[in-house]
Amino acid sequence: MTSLKEAFSKEKTFVAFTVAGDPNIDKSIEYTVALANAGADVIELGIPFSDPIADGPVIQKAGLRAFDAGIDTDKIFDMVSRIREQTDVPLVFLSYLNKLYDYGYEEFFTECENRGVSGVVIPDLPFEERGEVDEQATAHNVSIIPLVAPTSGDRVQKIVEDSTGFIYLVSSLGITGVRDNNQMAGDLSETVAKIREYTDTPVAVGFGIHTPEQVTEMNRIADGAIIGSGIVKLIEADPDNATDSIEEYVRNIKA
Amino acid sequence: MQEMKLETNNKTGRFGDFGGQYIPETLMSEIERLTKAYNHYKDDPEFKSELHDLLVNYAGRPSLLYHAKRMSDDLGGAQIYLKREDLNHTGSHKINNALGQALLAKKMGKTRLIAETGAGQHGVATATVAALLGMECEVFMGKLDTERQALNVYRMEMLGAKVHPISSGTGTLKDAVNAALQEWTRRVDDTHYLIGSTMGPHPFPTMVRDFQSVISKEIKEQIVKEAGKLPDAVVACVGGGSNAMGAFYNFIDDKDVRLIGAEAAGKGLNTEQNAATLEKGRPGVFHGMKSIFCQDDDGDIKEVYSISAGLDYPGIGPEHAFLQDIKRAEYVGITDDEAVKAFDYIAKEEGIVAAIESCHAVAYVMKLAPKMKKDQIIVCNLSGRGDKDVAAIARYKGVDLHD
Ligand SMILES: Cc1ncc(COP(=O)(O)O)c(C=O)c1O
Repeated sequence: MTSLKEAFSKEKTFVAFTVAGDPNIDKSIEYTVALANAGADVIELGIPFSDPIADGPVIQKAGLRAFDAGIDTDKIFDMVSRIREQTDVPLVFLSYLNKLYDYGYEEFFTECENRGVSGVVIPDLPFEERGEVDEQATAHNVSIIPLVAPTSGDRVQKIVEDSTGFIYLVSSLGITGVRDNNQMAGDLSETVAKIREYTDTPVAVGFGIHTPEQVTEMNRIADGAIIGSGIVKLIEADPDNATDSIEEYVRNIKA
Repeated sequence: MQEMKLETNNKTGRFGDFGGQYIPETLMSEIERLTKAYNHYKDDPEFKSELHDLLVNYAGRPSLLYHAKRMSDDLGGAQIYLKREDLNHTGSHKINNALGQALLAKKMGKTRLIAETGAGQHGVATATVAALLGMECEVFMGKLDTERQALNVYRMEMLGAKVHPISSGTGTLKDAVNAALQEWTRRVDDTHYLIGSTMGPHPFPTMVRDFQSVISKEIKEQIVKEAGKLPDAVVACVGGGSNAMGAFYNFIDDKDVRLIGAEAAGKGLNTEQNAATLEKGRPGVFHGMKSIFCQDDDGDIKEVYSISAGLDYPGIGPEHAFLQDIKRAEYVGITDDEAVKAFDYIAKEEGIVAAIESCHAVAYVMKLAPKMKKDQIIVCNLSGRGDKDVAAIARYKGVDLHD
């Protein structure tokens, strides 16, 4: 399994997001492997949640498709094992805290370690509450990927100081979903510079990014870019036959 | 235990293990600003006197504590006193908190208020205060709730607010909170999210409780003056928990006063269709707080149900979770049927049309009073008036009002 560190040692790192179990387990595994084969450097698997308050309609609908196909946390861990048989790409989860809390932090991070998940992005876990999971995550070599927002201001230092894995820089206010450039927060490079004052942990930018041009722009500013809704939309468009369009999309991004 | 509660909640917004600030990073700077502003203004003499003036001269406080003699005689046990929050301007306790938070938001330089609402009472209170203070107002309301509380939707619009019906999920209060939180992450600079109950991330549960605690402060003064002693029990309905926290707060240290919250048991605790969080839920993290939530077996928040839009919520404020944990307060389930019977009963017995939410508390008083002695006292918080529910109650009984 490739580590996050190796993945981010490349010139520029592309993080691809998809919802685990969308549109069903077999297809979701197939699409995850397709993302990796086409060149995604890190794959972020969203764990569906009943109330994804940080997500826009595209990702919300993907979660509903996954629920309809019967996804749950145990099945997602089994999915990870099957993905691991086919690719070494680093995997991280995106999950709301309650899914981990209810599974049990110790059990959750143990499974992450055993199955090969390197990190977790938790959108409703700010710095103030990170103590909730820090110890158990560290004990199982799982990075808690911190989020920095356009509004973080003076908070940046404490958020990034002890970070591992990578830092998720949120590029726009509001919820996930594709956006035009002019809706991106203005001073992203300033924020990156601020992060750099306190840590060497790589920075990937996400929220709203969906075109190769935007990725090029983010790569100029930071260490990599994250695309979510742009990929999920391809699955929405043709849930059973999205492999080709996913591969083509990623190759375009990486070109 | 009491000292621990007061100390922890002032520092980090913890009530035992419950509470906290589980909210996206995008909102954290604003939450920090809000916490600072609240901690400053809550002790600021000018802020306090402005708020007091609004509560007295605009909202009509103090609200009456009324001795319901007919009801007491009919039930044949304890003396029942009704705390008449239904008589406040806009018709419920929600105005206490709306005035407090809106005034604070104004001091912070905000020009726009957003709010979630279930029954529409909090939306109406927020729209009212926005009009009064010259602020913009947008209210998020579940689609189902806009239908079952249609009168309040029109009231909000008359007051100049924009109402957004939310059709995701069950189209109820939980979904309205989701939408309001999302809107706040989108536009936070000029906007205050005026949360309507003792829920959400710190400082909301503490702040809303403080603004509502005027209820128990008044009850205490009024009952001591009228009856010469403290009540034996205080009963209030719980949705997110704000009217109950307001009614309980100043009695927490009076260990002999039983504190009882009535939650919505919908079609029954043994069915899937209820919203009895404290009886059926388990610890979790949602809507910014660690508390008790109704969940499925994989940690997803459950769809809940109650006839009452204001109690139809899968969570509960963290201070209630704590009060239950340390056994300082008790929580009981009241079904739709029991609440509707109480609605009829208090109308016919006392001439008061009370909100269906409040009638959950009344229904429990109807069970409790006969078991108590004539010289004992129950204070029941009548959190709101029931005009908004008349059409829905008629429908429930199969009567067509052509509304
Ligand atoms: C009259 C009335 N009572 C009670 C409630 C429930 O809220 P809480 O538990 O915060 O008092 C509502 C909420 O809409 C309400 O309108």
